[in-house]
Order: sequence, then structure tokens, then C-alpha cells
Amino acid sequence: MKKNIFASMFDQKHRSRTVTYLIVIVSYIVLEILMKTGNLSSLFTSLLVPVCAYIVAAIGLNLNVGFSGELNLGQAGFMSVGAFTGICVSGALGGLIPNTVVRLLASLIAGALMAAVFGYLIGVPVLKLQGDYLAIVTLAFGQIIKSVITNIYLGFDGTGFHMSFVDNKVKLEPGGKMLLNGPMGATGTDRIATFTVGVLLILAALVIVYNLIYSRSGRAIMAARDNRIAAESIGISVSKTKMLAFVVSASLAGAAGALFGLNYSTLLPNKFDFNMSILVLVYVVLGGLGNMTGTVTATVILVLLPELLRSLQDYRMLIYAVILISIMLISNNENMKVTAERLKKKLSRKNLKEAGNE
Amino acid sequence: MSEMNNRTPVLKVRDLGIDFGGLTAVNELNMTVYDREIYGLIGPNGAGKTTVFNMLTKVYTPTRGTIELCGVNTEKMNTVDVNKLGAARTFQNIRLFMKLSVLDNVKTGMHNKITYSPLEAVLRTKKYYAQEKEVDEKARELLKIFDLQDSADLIAGNLPYGAQRRLEIARALATEPKLLLLDEPAAGMNPQETAELMDVIRFVRDHFGIAILLIEHDMKLVMGICERITVLNYGMKLAEGTPEEIQADPQVVKAYLGE
Repeated sequence: MKKNIFASMFDQKHRSRTVTYLIVIVSYIVLEILMKTGNLSSLFTSLLVPVCAYIVAAIGLNLNVGFSGELNLGQAGFMSVGAFTGICVSGALGGLIPNTVVRLLASLIAGALMAAVFGYLIGVPVLKLQGDYLAIVTLAFGQIIKSVITNIYLGFDGTGFHMSFVDNKVKLEPGGKMLLNGPMGATGTDRIATFTVGVLLILAALVIVYNLIYSRSGRAIMAARDNRIAAESIGISVSKTKMLAFVVSASLAGAAGALFGLNYSTLLPNKFDFNMSILVLVYVVLGGLGNMTGTVTATVILVLLPELLRSLQDYRMLIYAVILISIMLISNNENMKVTAERLKKKLSRKNLKEAGNE
Repeated sequence: MSEMNNRTPVLKVRDLGIDFGGLTAVNELNMTVYDREIYGLIGPNGAGKTTVFNMLTKVYTPTRGTIELCGVNTEKMNTVDVNKLGAARTFQNIRLFMKLSVLDNVKTGMHNKITYSPLEAVLRTKKYYAQEKEVDEKARELLKIFDLQDSADLIAGNLPYGAQRRLEIARALATEPKLLLLDEPAAGMNPQETAELMDVIRFVRDHFGIAILLIEHDMKLVMGICERITVLNYGMKLAEGTPEEIQADPQVVKAYLGE
């Protein structure tokens, strides 16, 4: 039985899944060892949690864009909902749950749930649209969410939450705490997000998306993407399946946002702007639509790249853009693919010959 | 047609019509398809045959008339409901899920036979494994019938044309319909493939015990396997009857060959 499980992990269908899990786990172990032995610069250490958050958001978006085939330009909006929900929950539970890991998990779940609710509400009108129109409307919703959060003042004291859209209306009892300060965002947050929980969240996101894809729902999601009319003709409700993908994607973004938010003591609502949505989309597209291994590696590379290029100073973003364009051209160029294949064959033949000579 | 009397009707179409703007595409169509019957719908190009299929499956909403499927009026239903009620179809221009594997294409057809929830799929419960195993076995059985068992893991878009057509029928059958609608199943097939297809259609009728309504231009196929035929011309019924009656009908000959 044990042997069976091991064999099925590496069979054709599940190989990429196993590889993705292994990449995540091995990188975690290596990074932890580097950190413990003090071989990781403070810059890299500070990037670990944000990278985890971006990966989870990108995994979620891949479900939406890659598998469901709907271009969503509002992923940052859902991250923002999750981030500020997570920060509020963590702030409110501060006295109740002293254990930071438990509090972090509670905040992540709260962020995911709130983002899922928003995903559902936004999905109702949005999923009636298709293609470019859907992309534009999700973009608009991302901006709306940002504007709304920029104007929320939320305080917490012994009597519960106090919310207002005007600063001076929030009156707190002594001992109360402001959680959201309108355009100032969240300040004085406990930085409880940890790399370990971040990696666990990545693994959870991978399990959720992979298990969903290799099931009835996943087949329906991809069927609705490939041919809407045919999917309906065999009894698949396209609107329901699209909604499922949209909501799961939003809730993963929410959990990612909560992890991201709890990594900083100060977080501005402006952080989750259109640029961030596009950035996450770039990770997904460059990693390959519907390719989870690609999403994870592309996110890591593209988050680290600007930092590695810091020595180039002013030319940094220029070089970054050139690298992005090159990756896109190379990965989509038929000639390049053929050449790569040929190289691969040549190399493997050479290896064979050498092995034979020995 | 006294032998039809002890058969139950699967499909009853009464005074069916549809207008597109000012154009009447189909009008006053009456048709009854009985259990285990192979029924042909023929007519010159543009006669409205595919439009009838689209009305039966509620891709279009009829302007007039009623459609009764398995004794239920489908007036308020959508495409998904009609399939759940028991009608499955194929398309004139093949509509497979081109990026899914051949096996997964058939499995999507069993969507409504599976009862585990998305949450149960994520948690990989016992129910998930049990139902997935059952679906896998059933799907492979269906592929075998259509001689596609060796292509199970191929991407559907990479199949040759004839195999894609067969896969589309397999996928439709996976929904366990009582009425199978085939829109030009032999289009683009050579005589050898068409002959095989005729055998498959007969086998499907006998093995699954379902009614089959088909649109086809290949007269050898239509006359060879259909028990009854309706001829459409300009959206109206021109004639109805057995293959012999249709072939002898002067109006049908006129519609096809001109005067």
C-alpha cells in the first residue's frame, strides 16, 4: 500500500504536483538552515513572508485566470480585504489569545472568509460578463475596495467595534485602540506573521487548488473555460462553476493579504493598488497559465529580482522590464521551444554516449 | 404505425416555431420521437434543422409551441435542466473540451452523477475516492465502446477528426440521457468510417436503450438506420414517414433536386 502511494506520487499525472510540493518544502528547509546559521541577509529575511503572501495570491489567481479562464485584475482588492480584516481580528483578539501562532491562524481564516464573502458579492454581477469586460469590471472593483478602505475608521474597545467614515466620530473608551485610521491605514500592528506559517499557507493553498482541480469541480471549471455551450449541454452550470473558482481565488488572496498585512507594523491601504494586481497577474502569466510549479517559481524569481538588481540603482526597473519581456518572448517563441528541445536531446544523447564509453 | 402505439414517447414537439427578428426560421413543427427509436431530421441547407436542435436543448427559446421531454414541458427550463431531464447532444462543429484529456472529457459528462461537494474533494474524503473510482471505470467503459480506450490520456484537441466526433458522442452518453441528439455525426467521415458509425449508433440504441434523433446529410446513413424521418424545408415540415415513404415522396425529391 505504501509503495502504491509512492508510485502514484510520481506517475505522469501527479508528477508536477509532487515536484511543486517538494520545491516548496526543500526551499523552506534550506532557507530555515541559512537563517538559523545567520547566512541570510536581513534584506532577504524581510522578504520571506511577503514572498509567501504573493505566492498564495498568485496560486489563487491562477485558479481564476489559468483554470477558469477569466482575467481578474482585482486580486489586490481581495488581498486588501483580507489584510485589513486580518489586522482587525488580530488586534481585537490581542488580549484574548496571547499565543501568536493561534492568533495568526485565526486572522488568516478571518481574512480568507471575508475575502470569500466579497468575492461572492462581486462575482454575482462580474461573472455575468466575459473576457475584456470582466477584466475591466474586476479592475474597477479593486479600485473601489481600495477607496472604501481608505475611508474607514475602525476602533475597538471593551464594548466592541466602532466604525465610521469620518475620523472624529469614533469615540473609544479608555484602553480602546484604533485599528484602521482611514488613509493612514493600520498602525501599531503586532508583527505576528512568520515564515513557517507562510510556507504552511502555501502548502494549504496548493492542496486546495490541486485537489479541487483533480475533482468534479475542477473538470467542470476547465470544461466551462474550454467550451461554455458544450459544458451547459452536458449539465454543468457554468455560472456556478465560475463562481466557485472566483470565490476560492478571492479567499486565497484574502489569506495571502492577511499574512502580508500582519508582517508590517504599518500598512497603508494604498499598498494594494492596481500595480499589485498586475504584478500578481504577471507572476501567473509568466509562470504559465494553469501551471502551479511555474507560478511558485516565477513569483519567487520576480519578487527577488528587483532586490537583486538593487546595485544597478537607476537602471533597476529598466533591466527588470527587459528581463520580463525576454522571458515572455522566449517562453512563447516556437523556434526557441524547438531549439530547447533539440538541445535537450543532444545533451541526453551525449550523456548516454559518455556513459556508454565508461 | 400501430407498432408505435405500445411505445412511450420520449419527445413530443407541438407547433414549434421561432422567429429571429422578422425572419421565421422554424414554424409549425410537429414531431414525436418514441422510446428506442432512431429518428432522422433531414432537409436542404438552411432548412432549420440545427435550429430545431438548439430549441430542443434550450440554447434558443422557442417563440411558439411546446416541447415535452420525457413527459415534462421544458418551457421554463434552461440548457442545464434539459440535460438533467434526459437530453444530450453533439454539435455540428465539434465542441469538445480541447485542452482536457479524452478521459476527462467523458468524466465531465458525469458531472451530475457525482454527489461529493467541492469541500469533500479538497479534503479527499472516502466518498471522493469511491465516486472517482466509479467514474473512472464507467468512463473507460464508454471509451471502449467508441474504440478510444487507447487514447484515454491524450489531449482531446490532438485526436484525429473522426475520433473527436466519437468522443463527443461518448461524452453525451456519459450524462445517461434518454434522448440522444446527434448533429451531423458523419460529417467529414469517409465511407468506411460512416459505415462503422452506423453500427455504433445502432449499438448505442440497443445497449443503452435510448432514443436517437439525428440530423444528417449522408442519405446512405439516414436511410440505412432511421426508422422514421422528418423532412424540413424552409423551416416547415415537408414530409414525415419511413425511409421508403420519404424516398418515394415527390415533394421531397423536388426539394432536394429541384424541378
